[in-house]
Amino acid sequence: MSVLTQLTIAQARDGLDKKDFTSAELASAHFDAIEAANPSLNAYLLMTREQALSMAAASDARLAKGKGGALEGIPLGIKDLFATKGVRTTACSHILDGFIPAYESTVTQNLWNAGAVMLGKLNMDEFAMGSSNETSYYRPCVSPWRREGDDAKLAPGGSSGGSASAVAARLAMGATASDTGGSIRQPAAFTGTVGIKPTYGRCSRYGMVAFASSLDQAGPITRTVRDAAIMLREMCGHDAKDATSANIAVPDFEKALGKKLKGLKVGIPKEYRVDGMSPEIDALWEKGIAWFKAAGATISHVSLPHTHAALPAYYIVAPAEASSNLARYDGVRYGLRVNGSDIVDMYERTRAEGFGTEVRRRILIGTYVLSAGYYDAYYLKAQKVRSLIKRDFDQAFESVDVMLTPTTPTPAFALGTKSANPLEMYLNDIFTVTVNMAGLPGLSVPAGFSADGLPLGLQIIGKPFDEETVLRAGQVIEDAGGPCRAPQAWWTETPKAAAAKAPAKTKAAKPAKSSKKRVDDG
Amino acid sequence: MQVDEALVRHIARLARMKIEGAQVAGLEQELTAIFGWVEQLNDIDTAGVEPMTGVAGLKMRPRADAVTDGDCAETVVKNAPLSEDNFFVVPKVIE
Repeated sequence: MSVLTQLTIAQARDGLDKKDFTSAELASAHFDAIEAANPSLNAYLLMTREQALSMAAASDARLAKGKGGALEGIPLGIKDLFATKGVRTTACSHILDGFIPAYESTVTQNLWNAGAVMLGKLNMDEFAMGSSNETSYYRPCVSPWRREGDDAKLAPGGSSGGSASAVAARLAMGATASDTGGSIRQPAAFTGTVGIKPTYGRCSRYGMVAFASSLDQAGPITRTVRDAAIMLREMCGHDAKDATSANIAVPDFEKALGKKLKGLKVGIPKEYRVDGMSPEIDALWEKGIAWFKAAGATISHVSLPHTHAALPAYYIVAPAEASSNLARYDGVRYGLRVNGSDIVDMYERTRAEGFGTEVRRRILIGTYVLSAGYYDAYYLKAQKVRSLIKRDFDQAFESVDVMLTPTTPTPAFALGTKSANPLEMYLNDIFTVTVNMAGLPGLSVPAGFSADGLPLGLQIIGKPFDEETVLRAGQVIEDAGGPCRAPQAWWTETPKAAAAKAPAKTKAAKPAKSSKKRVDDG
Repeated sequence: MQVDEALVRHIARLARMKIEGAQVAGLEQELTAIFGWVEQLNDIDTAGVEPMTGVAGLKMRPRADAVTDGDCAETVVKNAPLSEDNFFVVPKVIE
């Protein structure tokens, strides 16, 4: 494996500045790594090699003139939720078959404006609905991590499973991701990567395939807190194309990492000590508390009494907004069309075939809770509960600067072990979903390992628009525990088997079911 | 709450999604379980609580009432499964 793929964004930035290597070399090293790993991991749905090499050449030209941007020449993976002009974007749904956007999402455009290079599009749960990447139409992405002495395929988490898997496996230096109920932070925790969901409104949602508009927020997945700070700064910013985008100055998050931390007040919400939490997670949390004490922080216990209500309220609000957002997929303007006896039959057949099981389930839940006579009992009630959740945080943040919690109640689970029971899968988000409901920034940082060798994450929750303090606190965890080591590259251990599959290597991932011809570009 | 076959079919119709025979029974069970689970919200006193309408407390500002886009019909229909002369083509709606 090339040493270039092991570099952090900050290291690569310095190396490019010093002309130790070129952006084209960085991109090529990543494509070599992707070709070796992707048949096993299925992280990339498609690679945009030509585009990457031309972007890298342009970066090298700018670097030669000393005019590089903040991410000049840095190769990144893009979650398939972000519209990329001229490059297929499906949100891993059959219903968006062959959709080629004529526009670029604001978040990705911001990254390209900063000089970043696109490697390709990354696997995810269909429409970001899932916690294991198993709802993807293009088959699940696999975690690069395995339990010690066990080669069971593990979930990389979801919905940003491809982003987390690619960054952990050194197939991208960073990746875009999105978080509606934990979809950045849970996969980051499962894969030993760093993931931050900024305050709602920090990143423009323009060009992001919508799931639940009042909760969706973009953010990066990287390998260090510093890299998260670097990438997040470029992703954020006011955008007139998104009415919910915050017109608030974006600070230099990287600079904030250097600020002194002594006297930081860290809250420990007692309601997060839930039944069924693994003892390892509990021990990890205690270790995190000890690290903050050692760093000079003050620890206090806080109460968020409506924590238990967040998940059920989320499973009203998110499906309601999803059912409304996904009404646009009707077989008329883009994507899949299944012909029927009349126009309504066409809609019904298209939507039945185009949406997967989990998406159909959530559309039905959302349709019901918004239907005549039930709106007050469900949606309005959930939005009132949401106000109470937000109020809990507001009150707790009067006495603390950040909160420290585990990111997930358990380490990563094996693919196929939770997909049969939707409710069990939903419980994965128990520590992350509160943050979306209140619109707060949340960061997951690797903090240790389970007994069988799987990475575990701790979460920092901050005040609205105070990502600086959140990242500084995250740096404490990383400094104490060290950045997560790379997973063992088991996918390169059988060169014969890999060589036998060589012809399939460079092609885009095939969908699980056969269907009519699709367009794979790049 | 018990979700029965009639309700599943009613919601599916509202959502414009065809649900085939075998899927109905599974959905009855799953939706019954999920709606049963969210009913715990009824135990929370929300009297006098305003429903949340925005997390960030930011005011939306109206933009200028000006044309910012257009003259791109060809681009708009480019991804359509079926189009003709820059119109979307759908099955006949009016007899």
